[in-house]
Parts: sequence; C-alpha cells; structure tokens
Amino acid sequence: MILIDCPYCGPRNSTEFRHAGEAGKKRDVTTNDPAVWRRYLYQQDNPLGWVRENWFHTAGCRQFLCAERNTQTNEFRWVAPAGSPGPDGASDNGSAR
Amino acid sequence: MSKPVSSRINSQSGEVIDRTKPINFTWNGQPLTAYEGDTIVSALMASGVQVISRSFKYHRPRGVLSASYVDPNCSVTVSDEPNVRGAHRRLREGDDVRAQNAWPSLKLDVRAVNQLVGRFLGPGFYYKTFIKPQFLWPSYQKVLSRFAPGGSPPAPGGGHGNFDKRYTHPDVLVAGAGPAGIAAAIEAARAGVKVMLVEEEYEIGGHLRYGGPEALAALAALRAEVNSYHNIEVLTDSVVTGRYDDNWVAVVQRSGVWSHERLIKARVGTLVVAPGLIERPYVFAGNDLPGVMLSTAAMRLLELHAVRPGTRAVILTANTSGDEAVERLRSAGVEIALVIDARTGVTLRRAIGRGRLKAVECADGTKIPADLLITATGWTAPTSLLNMAGDRPIWDPVAARFFPSELIPPSVMATGGIVGDGTIDQLIKHGRAVGAEAAARATGATPTPVPPLTREAHPALFHGPTTGFLDFSEDVKSKDIMAAVKEGYDSAELAKRFTTSGMGTSQGKLENVNAMAILAEATGRDLESTGTTIWRPPYAPISLGALAGRAFDPVRISPMQPWHVEHGAVPLIAGQWIRPEHYGDPSAEAQNVRTHVGIIDVTPLGKIDLQGPDVVKLLNLVYTNNWDNLQIGSVRYGVMCAEDGVVMDDGVTARLGTNHYLMTTTSSGAATVWETLEMWLQTSHPDWSVNVTPVTTAMASINIAGPNSRELLGRLTDIDLSPEAFGYMKVRTGSIAGVPDCVVWRIGFTGELSYEIHVPASFGLHVWETLLSVGADLGVSPFGVEAQRILRLEKGHLIVGQDTDGLTKAYEAGLGPLVKLGKDDFSGLPELRWQESLAGAHSQLVAIETTDPQLVPPEASQLVVGMAEIVGRITSSRMSPTLKRSIALARVSGELSVPGSRLTIVLPNGSRAEAVVRENLSFIDPEGVRLHG
Repeated sequence: MILIDCPYCGPRNSTEFRHAGEAGKKRDVTTNDPAVWRRYLYQQDNPLGWVRENWFHTAGCRQFLCAERNTQTNEFRWVAPAGSPGPDGASDNGSAR
Repeated sequence: MSKPVSSRINSQSGEVIDRTKPINFTWNGQPLTAYEGDTIVSALMASGVQVISRSFKYHRPRGVLSASYVDPNCSVTVSDEPNVRGAHRRLREGDDVRAQNAWPSLKLDVRAVNQLVGRFLGPGFYYKTFIKPQFLWPSYQKVLSRFAPGGSPPAPGGGHGNFDKRYTHPDVLVAGAGPAGIAAAIEAARAGVKVMLVEEEYEIGGHLRYGGPEALAALAALRAEVNSYHNIEVLTDSVVTGRYDDNWVAVVQRSGVWSHERLIKARVGTLVVAPGLIERPYVFAGNDLPGVMLSTAAMRLLELHAVRPGTRAVILTANTSGDEAVERLRSAGVEIALVIDARTGVTLRRAIGRGRLKAVECADGTKIPADLLITATGWTAPTSLLNMAGDRPIWDPVAARFFPSELIPPSVMATGGIVGDGTIDQLIKHGRAVGAEAAARATGATPTPVPPLTREAHPALFHGPTTGFLDFSEDVKSKDIMAAVKEGYDSAELAKRFTTSGMGTSQGKLENVNAMAILAEATGRDLESTGTTIWRPPYAPISLGALAGRAFDPVRISPMQPWHVEHGAVPLIAGQWIRPEHYGDPSAEAQNVRTHVGIIDVTPLGKIDLQGPDVVKLLNLVYTNNWDNLQIGSVRYGVMCAEDGVVMDDGVTARLGTNHYLMTTTSSGAATVWETLEMWLQTSHPDWSVNVTPVTTAMASINIAGPNSRELLGRLTDIDLSPEAFGYMKVRTGSIAGVPDCVVWRIGFTGELSYEIHVPASFGLHVWETLLSVGADLGVSPFGVEAQRILRLEKGHLIVGQDTDGLTKAYEAGLGPLVKLGKDDFSGLPELRWQESLAGAHSQLVAIETTDPQLVPPEASQLVVGMAEIVGRITSSRMSPTLKRSIALARVSGELSVPGSRLTIVLPNGSRAEAVVRENLSFIDPEGVRLHG
C-alpha cells in the first residue's frame, strides 16, 4: 500500500486519502462548448511517469494536498498543501481542481 | 493386516519431539500415538504409515516428498478442517486425522482407474472435452466435482475459532529465520531498531536444525543472542505472504493462543528477504512412489522427529546435502544399498514399485532393491518477495539456480541461500552485514552495498532419461510440457496455464524450475532466455477468515437508540447508522401522523455548522438556487448538483445569525457534502472566510409531525409557536423540555405541520421521552423510517438516490424551479444550462396511479410502450394508508411525462399493468393547507 507523506500529519497509508484527480485543470463555467467542459470533467492525461495530482486526506487532517507521483513506481517526490507552487517553483494557478 | 513396525529411532540431539508427552490421535479412525512436537506426517511415519494421500488426477498413492509446508503429498483433513498441511502442522491431542482425495479408502481408491485412461486426461483435457454443448455444462460440473481434489469444506456454522488482524511498524522485518536471517535480525537489533523475525516453521534455525552437531552448536549460539535482545519480536509458524508498495508487508501468523490465524499488516523500514533455498525434486519414472524423497526430507524426519524414513536406501547426490544424508542415514541404521554421484554424470533410470518403492533401476539397467530413494539434485531460490519488490531473477547456469537481479529497491535486501553459498560462518557473516545495513537504511542512512556471498558451482540437473512427475500437486508429467509445446503453448506463462503446472498446492515452489528447464529443452532454447513465471502474492496460503479478520467498521447510533431497541424497533442499517425502520406497524405509524402527531428520530440527518462572512458565497456555489436574501430566522430548501449536473444531495439550510448558518444534508450524503464544502474552500476559494464544522452527532434531531405537533411542542418550549410568530420555513432557537440552546425549524417532509428540533446530543433521550410523556393525550407515538417514506411519498417529495440515480440531472428530477441559471457560478452550471435548453426532451419524475388501486408495482419495475421499448421505471411505490390505494413515483421519458399519459408497467412475474401519469407529484394536500396550517 502506498505511503503518502502528508505535510500536516506525516506518512500515512493511502487508504486514509482520496485521490482527487490531476492538478492544474482549468474550470471555465462560462464555456458554451460541452466538449471543453467534459474534457475538464472526465479526461485525465494519465501519463506514464511523473504526474501532478491532488489528494484529499479524508481520514486525517482533511486537507487537500498537491503531490507529484510517478505512475510507474508509485514513488512520491513532493507532497504539499493544495495550491502550493511546485518543487520547480512553477505554480498551477492555485487551482487544485 | 499386520501391525506396522514403528520407525522411531533413538533420541537425536536436535529432535523437537518431547518423549515425555505422548499424544493420542486417530488416522482414518485407527488410534495411534506420537509425541508432542511431531508433525502429523512424522507421527504417521513413526507409526509405519507410508501412504499419506492419493494424487490429484490419477489418484496414485503418495508419501512424503519434502516433509515441509510445501509438501504436495501431505494434505489431510483434521476433524472438519480440510487441506491441512500434514508435513507442517503439529499434532494435537485427540486430532481426528483423515486422508482426503481418496474414495472409498486410501488403500483402495477406485478413481485410480484414471491412471489407465491417463492418455485421455492429458493437458487441456477439460477445456477441450467439456466445452460443448453448453447446455450440458451443469451436468459436466456435477460429474467433475466428484473427481475434484482437496478436502470438503466444513459444514455451515462450523469454523475454527477467531481470526484477527494486527498493524505494526517494525524498522526491520526479516523474512526467514535460517542462519543468515537470524544473524541479520541480531545485527539490526544491536543497532537499536525494532526488529520482527518471521519464520514459517515452528522454530527458528532453518537448515541448522537438521545439519549435525556443528550446525546445532551455531544455532544454540544464535538463539541465545536473539533472546538477549528485547527489540526482536520472533514470530514462528508465521509467513510473509506479500510485499506491496512502500514495504507494506503481509504476515500470516498461524498458531496463536488468541486466534486461529492472524493477518499482520506491517509497514516496514527495511525488508530483509532470507527464505533460504527449497530442494528441487528430480524428474524420472516412478519419482512419485512413496519412499522416494528429497535429502532434506530424510534429514528433517531423522533429526527433528527421530523417524527413520526407510530401511534400505539408494541415494542420488549432486551436493553436500545428499552426501550428508548418506552419513546420517547410515548412522541411523539404514542400510545404504547404493550411492549414485550425479556430479560424475551418472544418473538413475527409474524407480520401481506398485504403491511403494521396491527397487531402483540404474542407468545400466541393474535393479537395486530398496525402500528408500533419496535425491539431492539441486535447489530452487524462492524469489517471491523479491519479485513483488520489482525484481526479475536471472538464471545462473553455473550455480544452476535463479539469483536476484539489481532491480530491488534500497528498502529491500536479501541474504542467505537466495543470494549465494557459503559455510555456516559465511552465511552468518553475510546476514550480520545485511542486518546492520538494513537498520542503517531504516533510520535514513544512504544505502551502501553489502559485499555479496560467493556462488558455488552445481550441476544443472532436472530430469533423468525417463519421464516422470513434474508437478506432484497437479499430477503434471514432464511429457505434458512437451505436449503443450507441440500445441503451441511454448512460453513460460502459456505452458503453465495449459498444463496447470505450478498451479497446485506447492504453487511452483518445487516444480517451476523443472518445468522451465523441460520447456527450454522442448523449444530448443536455454533457461536464461526461457525465463520463469512471475511469483505473485500470496507466497503462502491465507485463509479467507484471516483476510476478513475482525471488522473495524464503526457503527453510529443516536442517543435515543436504546429507547428504540427497548420499544421493539426493527433496525434498519443505513450506511454507518443503525436506526428504527418501524416499531411494528409502519402503516399505523403513518396514519397517526396524519391524524394526531408522531415523532421520528432523525439524528442521522447530516448537520453542518457554517460561520463566517463568506458563507453566502459558499451556499451560492454549492446549491443551484439563490441564497443572497435569506433572512435571519429563515430556512430554505436547496439542491446540490455535482459538476456533471447530476443531483448530489438536498436539504434545508437555516440562517441563525448574521454570519451563522446551519446546513442539513441527507443522512447518506453528510460525508460527501462536508468534503465538497472543504474542496471548494480549500482549492478554489482559499480567500473566503468560512468555518465548516460537522455537528451531525453533536445534536440529536427529532421531527414532530402531525396536526397536534404545535400543541405538543408548545407544552415544552419557551418559543412562540403561533403561526404568526413562527411561520412555515422559519427557524427559532430556545429551550425545549428545560434544555437550552435548541434549534427548531418549521418544515414539512411529511406534508404535515411539523417542527424539526435539534437538541444537544446528551439531552436527546430526555427530550424524546418527555415529548412522549407530555403528549399522551394528544395521541403522540413514535414513527420509523418506513412510515416517513410512506408519508413523503404521499406528499410527493423525492429522495435523492432513490428517485434520482447517478445520471439524473436537476431538470429531470423536476427541480428546475430551483436552478438559477442566472447566477455567475455554481457547481454543475454549464451542464444544467445545456439540459435546460433541451426544454423537456429529457426524462421526468412523475407521480403515477395504477388502474388497479390495490396493485403496488415493485420499485425498479420497468415502464414500456409496445412490447419491449423501455421508457422508464418505478422509483418509489407504496400502499398509501391515507388514500387506501397504490401510489408511486416514476421516471419516464419526456413525451410520456405529460399528465394523463398511459403507461404499461412490466411486473417481475412478466405480467403487465396499466397506470396513468398524475397532474401533480403530491397525492395528498397539493395546496399545502395542512403544511401551512
């Protein structure tokens, strides 16, 4: 079972968390194009390798977190409060959705 | 029948039996005795029993092969527990041990005729023979199940005691307590970290236990050292069954005083894999005859249990284990008829006998009479745990076994026979180095490689010149692999699936490498390029009981639940909650609400306290309707949709103060709504100032409903309940039954005048009982969830999740008037905008009346037009005690949702019934006179 190093609680089993989707998706409620909205709703890039994603610590601090995880090895190289600038300093505009 | 001769010999220095403690047991009903410390199989062999089981497919008599947990021939039934590993399980007083897979008896098994038709029972036999015709499958199943191997499951209601779970966090976990594993545990403990040492057998020591005086002396020293460390926890008769992400390690602890079997979930710093080596059988004709066994099996029986496995032996040896066996057997009084040294290239041709080894035929054709044939032809590395850590083992043709590659993560290390060879001292030295490094890594040190053990050359021996059994537990012969290759199944994984080699009780531990070697030969490849199948968890069997273990699921009850139980409430399990479904007669409970007054415990209703200057912004975001102008003292109903426009939850929210709101949610949606609120606040609007506090269990909630509800509540509260002072959809705070700080709102799920009160949880029972005692003359009585369902259906209120499903968007649920598309933003806005533009072309929620007023169509009944075109379904249906007729809500396609449409309902028995769509969702009081009274 994956171990996630919560910045508030320390390392905890992934069963304490809920995966909350890939980070950095842009939510535009003004769009008139259903395809754009549904791409935001349903489509994930799901790359092989490093991905920026959100986790919610349901059974812990109940904070949304932003993390970088390798989808091939399940290694986490960075876990931070939602909206934090990435380890490379790049921000995802503070949107964890 | 002559009495079998005892094979017990004089006391051995390493024996684990206690001769002062005899144990009585029965074997197929025959009383026998043995000693404490005997395994079932050593006890049987000591009593002269050689045939332990009948084989899987051909029902051939089988005896001891490895005398260890993986022995494929030693599964027995103990009392009503089937498939007990007889070569591992320690005998207990009074055990009723029976052979399985033999009918009518072990001695005479009629299914041994399978041997005669063996050429028809080749690999793939079942797939090919029973594939057609399909309608005969149930008949095939009946016949084949009589031939199925294994014991019978215990009778329903039986069971074997408690199963449990445990969670632990050792810094270092050592899997396998042979010399290297013990040494690793000691050295890790010396570094001061928390160590768990897990051993599959009943004692630690591995092969040192049956390795002669020098090994026993080394083991005694290691034991003393282990005992001197309080930070080593030793688990015996326990096995590591799996290694998962981030060193999440599963251990099955089999024997314990507290449970039959316990599953330990360990989060481990460094996992040290030290399983040792498994001796590999040799394939030749007659290799499954009782009396043919591995050198380690003979030494286990001799040294641990003082049992002589035979009287006249032939030994085929290619290593020191075989050489030692010769010496040990000789000193135990076994006559050594012949030693064949396989290192010189000589081998044997076949074993001869019927049901028992009689002679061994040498390569040159000479037949040597013998009742014991020992083979020592090589080792298999059980790389299972390393595979689970990502390793892909590499075949070393010089040492003739697989070794780990370099793919292991730093949190997993290996020591002992799995990584190399050496003397006892060398193994211990390597184990110590690995243990010290494991402790260092567990405490954060940069990994440093440990110098490897050397590898010794070993001849690559898999089979003799004849064909024999490859997989004893599945009755797969070497020629079956050849047949598989001829049919095109020429890769390791395919050949395994086609022949079922490696799929029996030994799970490939004994047979896999032989299978791969024979496959390599048959395909003209070498073993390196043939590779091996990948070992997956579990390494050893886990009972379903241990996996289920003890449930840790919390249960929620309201403070009034003891009263409900005492008053005959029938419980309803609703998510985590247990609440009253009814108190005996839900219909009467519902009628009493219409005529007098009823009270219902609605504590599970989700309640969330919201405070802060930006609460309204949050409400506008999560609800589809508008919250800008909600006055203090007012309550409003709202619907929440997910971002896909699907109805997620509904409920009412009250404004208690300038910046103070109390939100209610459905009972099942409480957790989801809480999380949704936090999601919006944390991820999209961290600048908004809102405090979200779930108070569901902090407040006991009671709904008081019925024409007498005002009178009843008025007797207990200081709040002015007059219609002028406290109208519909208003909220007040005050004291009830002497309890201050209660919240009262006037709403009406049941369609009656009703008040919902929220009181501090610790006073819930007091308020409940007081309501009942002061309202006796008003006809007050409790009602349960079922009566509430009837009442709300009469009123035509939908239940999210019952009358809506995972695809129902707000307009389809008839909630259009509550969707304010003019708002800048709310969850699901774009989808709802597009749905609204469809202008009713989507399905709708409607109330329907069946033509036959007494027919209640079951919920989920389909609605059709013509013969088969499905146009909707019944979502809720009940017999209305108020109207004395059937009432229902249904979801139907848009064109049929107009009032007066005629619908056809398909009932579960296939018959059809007619119904008509009503004007209004409310069956009673559509004008709301009762509600607003």
